[in-house]
Amino acid sequence: MITTLKINGKNHQIEAPEEMPLLWVIRDIIGLTGTKFGCGVAQCGACSILVDGILVKSCSMPLSFGIGKEITTIEGASGNLEILREAWQEGNVPQCGYCQSGQLIAATFLLENNANPTDEDIDNAMSGNICRCGTYPRIKKAIHSAVKLKNQGNE
Amino acid sequence: MSNIQKINRRDFVKIFGLTSTGIILGCNISSDKKEFIPASNENSFSPNLFIQIHKNGNITLMASRSEMGQGIRTSLASAIADEMEADWKYVTVKQAIGHEKYGNQNTDGSRSVRTILEPMRKMGATAKMMLIAAAAQKWNIAESDCKAENHFIINQKTTEKIFFGDLIDVASKMPIPDENTIQLKKVEDFNYIGKTLKSVDLKDFTHGTAKYGMDIRIPNMKFAAIARCPVTFGTVKSFDSSAAEKISGVEKVIQLDRIVPPIGQFFGALGGVAVIANNTWSAFQGKINLDIEWNYGENHSFDTEKFNELLTKRVHQKGKLVPGSKGNVTNAFTNAEQLMEATYHVPFLVHTPMEVPNATAWFQGDKVAVWAPVQDPQTARAEIAHFFEIPIENITVNVTFLGGGFGRKSKSDFVVEAVALSKKINAPVQVVWTREDDVKHSFYHATSVQYLKGSINEKGQVTGWLQRVALPSIVSSFKPLSDYASGFELNQGFTNNPYHIQNFRLENVKAEAHLRIGWMRSVVHIHSGFANNSFADELAFAAKKNPIDFQMELIGKDQIIERKSDYPYNSKRMKKVLENTAKIADFNRKRPENYGIGIAVHYSFYSYVATAVEVSVIDGNVKIEEVWTTIDCGLVLNKDNVINQLEGAAIFGISLALFGKITAKEGAVEQNNFFDYQMTRMKDAPKITINIIDAMNQPPTGVGEPGVPVIAPAICNAIFNATGKRIRTLPLIDVDFS
Repeated sequence: MITTLKINGKNHQIEAPEEMPLLWVIRDIIGLTGTKFGCGVAQCGACSILVDGILVKSCSMPLSFGIGKEITTIEGASGNLEILREAWQEGNVPQCGYCQSGQLIAATFLLENNANPTDEDIDNAMSGNICRCGTYPRIKKAIHSAVKLKNQGNE
Repeated sequence: MSNIQKINRRDFVKIFGLTSTGIILGCNISSDKKEFIPASNENSFSPNLFIQIHKNGNITLMASRSEMGQGIRTSLASAIADEMEADWKYVTVKQAIGHEKYGNQNTDGSRSVRTILEPMRKMGATAKMMLIAAAAQKWNIAESDCKAENHFIINQKTTEKIFFGDLIDVASKMPIPDENTIQLKKVEDFNYIGKTLKSVDLKDFTHGTAKYGMDIRIPNMKFAAIARCPVTFGTVKSFDSSAAEKISGVEKVIQLDRIVPPIGQFFGALGGVAVIANNTWSAFQGKINLDIEWNYGENHSFDTEKFNELLTKRVHQKGKLVPGSKGNVTNAFTNAEQLMEATYHVPFLVHTPMEVPNATAWFQGDKVAVWAPVQDPQTARAEIAHFFEIPIENITVNVTFLGGGFGRKSKSDFVVEAVALSKKINAPVQVVWTREDDVKHSFYHATSVQYLKGSINEKGQVTGWLQRVALPSIVSSFKPLSDYASGFELNQGFTNNPYHIQNFRLENVKAEAHLRIGWMRSVVHIHSGFANNSFADELAFAAKKNPIDFQMELIGKDQIIERKSDYPYNSKRMKKVLENTAKIADFNRKRPENYGIGIAVHYSFYSYVATAVEVSVIDGNVKIEEVWTTIDCGLVLNKDNVINQLEGAAIFGISLALFGKITAKEGAVEQNNFFDYQMTRMKDAPKITINIIDAMNQPPTGVGEPGVPVIAPAICNAIFNATGKRIRTLPLIDVDFS
């Protein structure tokens, strides 16, 4: 099908089968490669994106699901994503870095819906994202730091 | 792997580019033919292959090793910058292609820092010397009156200073100093070494702009998925591709024959049926829709459950005596106060780096270009030259970021596949493995069965230790019918365990390979670390001794054992990490009911590690509560990076202890994806504390791997402490704790 997909505020005219998962539309058709393939079955979260603000595993949702909606990928921007990036860098979080696009998007979704998450909230929100390098302790710390950074900014 | 390749003087000179006729502008060399370009014609000065200083003061440093999360791009660059007295803010890091001019680039065995730290420091030091020589000439003073500091050369007589960037014209005309005149900095003078520098790639990692293998895009490139025989080395009998060809985006379906490696080297490729498409998803869909009949071949009867039974039977019979055994265990057992026996099982494991194996290749007649996440780009290049008969100088292997490696990406079979397909379709192509492909067709971390028998005297001391090891060998992937663990494998924690036992007998037991066997993070140390520490804990309990005191006794008196390496084993260092871990974990504190603590020590990649783990076992659920690890890895290059690696190693170890298990039936691997080959997730991740012993005067030793082998045994020992239940078979997910 020929359609338009709005990603990070920009409209992209594309031609792709409507059942093609958003992950592959974004990576192979549009060419934004920050969103990663990890499992293809919504198990690892490397492909996480936001669709109208909702956290979605893009490997398992078809193109048709994204049409007419606002999609945010790791290449995009939002207040919380920017602050999380800062916290990620401050905490020297990534090792290989591959899963971190998905981790940052999942953390963005968490902070959009919970301004002050507890450790348990973070565990629940982030357990859909696998990091094989094992950066979980740093991710958790960075999310807490992001909250602090944000609160400082609001003072 | 433990095979240490030292850069000897001749190699050093070669990669250094020392020559009497000119300066190698390393960054501009595009072939084996060394080009000598007068530096004065350029806007930059390259004293050697690893450093380029630009007029504006920016410095480009070459990373010769692959970045897979171990922070090597940052670490090696920081060593060069430190010796140069460069200001870190001017540094950018460039990834080297696969080329022998960079010396050995094989990124595995936790040896990058260990083997090339000194050469890298010398690269930096020569640059500094040439900049000083240039400044001295400008000022017409002695070089000894100049010093380098924070990107400037300072005239110590007048305190005048000149910026590095302003010296490149003159510096490039200076003679390259003799290696013997290089003076490296003292530990107390380091600016970056031993401190913490954040990754140079943080911005890219947090913006989705780091380019991994799968992110490579070449105009008109195709995407390919390959259906491989479920049984190792099976072949295609026939196939029907009509359904696959109807998938939108699929362009072609072609058979790919197995590429058999010659004995002793390379990895070749499995072969199968390849679907070529104009996007990844269509290639995947096409693959699912293939109807293939296979010749399964001789591995069809392989069944891991039966194999485990076979190995268990074998380890209860006498095996081949391994050199390094000492004393007489039979006498020790006869005179024992107590005898203990135990059999330990570790299943097959797989690496599952988050980025699946993939490679992009463009075969262009007499030349080949590859972009791939490879740990060993020179072997990839050599494989291409061998299998496709292309002169090696016409092959370019560009190393992308690796989305995790863990040993999987040392084997370049996925590169060979991409080149073979590009040749067949005459277009650039990216081969992408699905996660199922990765789980089902890997080079697996071998299974093992071990039988241990030990004797204790009336003082509760260990007098005899018999260990039989059945372990399919990595060598089988290079030389078929290698049915016993090889010497280098037994040297990973078996012949060189940290224990001082008078009567020690090691026996090697036959174990055939029916899957491709490879190495995974910390390799055979996973087996030795698990059995040694589990059995030590069993003996400690039998001897009614505190596990820490018992391990201390087993490590024994202060001694230094010279082995065939530059890194003698020092039992004092082993005891120090154990002592420190016991202290930070408050090991002897009484834990609440259903809580337990366990200890493990291990010596691997020349580093000393001790880990304590606290667990709780409540309502049948094992929870890893906390982990404390102490490492002595000699000189620390980047402190926070070492901590990050050890934290990651703990998580990696927890994954394999809790979930890691690959099984095969009728020759085919049964697991598929992360739902049945699980990983530790955030909710399972404990609090982790890492301590590093200050040993800056010692040579650097391994960091990426040594944190792994201690985790599973420390967990199992903690479970015993909490519940009285002894775990001798991994993983824990198969154990009923209710």
